[in-house]
Amino acid sequence: MTAVQEMVGYGKPTTASRMGKPLAWLLLFLLLGVTLFPFFWTLRSALSTNSALFANGFEFTFINFKRVLGLATDEEILYASGRVNSGQFDFLLALRNSVIIAAVIAVGQVFFSAMAAYAFARMKFAGRDKLFFLYLTGMMIPPIITLIPNLILMKELGWLNSFKGIVAPFVLMTPFAVFFLRQFYLSINRSIEEAALIDGASHFRLFRSVILPIARPQMVTLMVLTYVTAWNEFLWPLVVAPVNDEVQPLTLALGVFTTQQPGSAPDWSGLLAGTLLAALPVMLIFLIFGRRIVDSIRFTGIK
Amino acid sequence: MTTFGVSVLGMEFPGLLLAILGVAFGIGALVTVLGKRSLYGGWPTAYWFLLPSLIGFVVFFLFPTIRGIYLSFTDWNLLANEGEFIGTENYAILWTDGDFWRAMRVTAWYVIINIGTQTLLAIIIAVMMDRLTKSATVRGILLLPWLMPNVVVALLFVWLLDNNLGVANQVLGWVGLGPWGFLTSINGVIPTIAAINTWKFMGYTALLIFAGLQTIPGNLYEAAALDGATELDMMRRITIPLMRPVLALVMVVTVVGSFQVFDTVQVATGGFSGTPGGPVKASQVIYLYIYRNAFVFNDLGYAAALAAVLFVILMVVTAIQLRLLRAGESDLA
Repeated sequence: MTAVQEMVGYGKPTTASRMGKPLAWLLLFLLLGVTLFPFFWTLRSALSTNSALFANGFEFTFINFKRVLGLATDEEILYASGRVNSGQFDFLLALRNSVIIAAVIAVGQVFFSAMAAYAFARMKFAGRDKLFFLYLTGMMIPPIITLIPNLILMKELGWLNSFKGIVAPFVLMTPFAVFFLRQFYLSINRSIEEAALIDGASHFRLFRSVILPIARPQMVTLMVLTYVTAWNEFLWPLVVAPVNDEVQPLTLALGVFTTQQPGSAPDWSGLLAGTLLAALPVMLIFLIFGRRIVDSIRFTGIK
Repeated sequence: MTTFGVSVLGMEFPGLLLAILGVAFGIGALVTVLGKRSLYGGWPTAYWFLLPSLIGFVVFFLFPTIRGIYLSFTDWNLLANEGEFIGTENYAILWTDGDFWRAMRVTAWYVIINIGTQTLLAIIIAVMMDRLTKSATVRGILLLPWLMPNVVVALLFVWLLDNNLGVANQVLGWVGLGPWGFLTSINGVIPTIAAINTWKFMGYTALLIFAGLQTIPGNLYEAAALDGATELDMMRRITIPLMRPVLALVMVVTVVGSFQVFDTVQVATGGFSGTPGGPVKASQVIYLYIYRNAFVFNDLGYAAALAAVLFVILMVVTAIQLRLLRAGESDLA
């Protein structure tokens, strides 16, 4: 509230506005509760034995997380899930795959997009704006259009069911990353670069020694967002790596594990523990970079 | 397709990859020798900065888009990986395909419910972020679901909404209702999935709108407060009219995204050895129908035609929205 508003008591206090503030707070807390409840309830269920869940009850145990991580003995598994083998799901392998895929895509995409963004923001060459516009139209093409031809291409390259195939379409650029970084580079003051250029510095030198250090916070933010996007991707791995669990990321492995469960009495507690563990890395990233992510949305958010 | 390739240090390099790299570096050499240099780069320098992204753009965006349109005029089969040019036959089939029209109806119904609830809640949250609390924690919590993988979100709600064990039906049971098949009844499944994605995206959408709210000058609110306006008056007479251009762009982005719902449907309705899109195709949205044609029925040609039609529909929807919301003009001027 501004000083002026406070002096005049924020307008005339009508009944509606006196009731309004507590009601608004109530609504906000309700929305926060709705947002958090599914996580809380799933955590509670994952911390219970499967048999207790089926009796609508709760029996505290860490066993589900242990067996998802491959730390539990056969007797413990039998007791917790009610069966000896509850489907094929090597969590640690899928976790490794997700880390590799997301890291390669995040680093590659942001670095190569940064190079392109530098050219668009700082260089002059014939047809520059036309080429940039062409990149922008790429943002409007729905992924389903390119999905099928890209799959055929991967088949022709022999890259099906491999890391190469999963990362290839995203590792070199996305139109959004180029756009995001170009907009930011344009807002950086050029006077240092102008002086260096006249003194004979090369563009490669300027990119490395001026732009990259200045833009580091924004590039880290973009890298985090790219990492999360790559981590969450489901459809592309599903079509390009349908059979090889040596390269399948967590999202896909979870989906496959789900379809292997019997419809009548699925291994709920195990599945939920795996689900929460799959979300954990994203939550950790959010705890560390949350502020930056929120700010970046306000930056990309249309002005 | 060419099948030549070379093996270097035990690694196979397919002929197609060599061809792409050969062309890229060939053009590079020509540009470097013949292009005009200047203090601000010129093509000889710019080309090498652009090269990785150019390969990515041409190979994975530009070429596939053109190829996708070509495929829609063929009967390309996924397993055989070949097909004949058949003219507009796919489009003729599509016109009389009941499943396609059903998928469009299901998708439209989903978009209406999802965008309606999501935008309304997002506006309310955005105004609260602006006028009630600037707390970063509140914003963070509301943004959290947006960062979750769709697969995780779908599984959380499959559990919460389970017919026998889900907490939602337990609560309904206490008040003497239910159990209700949220994800297993024909009328319930689309509203349920729409609500799940509203839960996921309302915080993110609110932040986009919130960013737009920051452009409204604060003195308008001060003046209104001096004149005795209530919060509701201000919302109706200042906030909503002035954020129309922002709202228009946010709506375009969210509606286009909403049309492309897939993961949530695939996992939440596929569930345990079920058929995605069920019960009885009641949740077979257009993306899922395209996916099934391509990768279950192996009919890539028809799937490409469906994708092309979806693309055209999305462009038309976007154009109509921008027109209706008069996105280009602001009342602030």
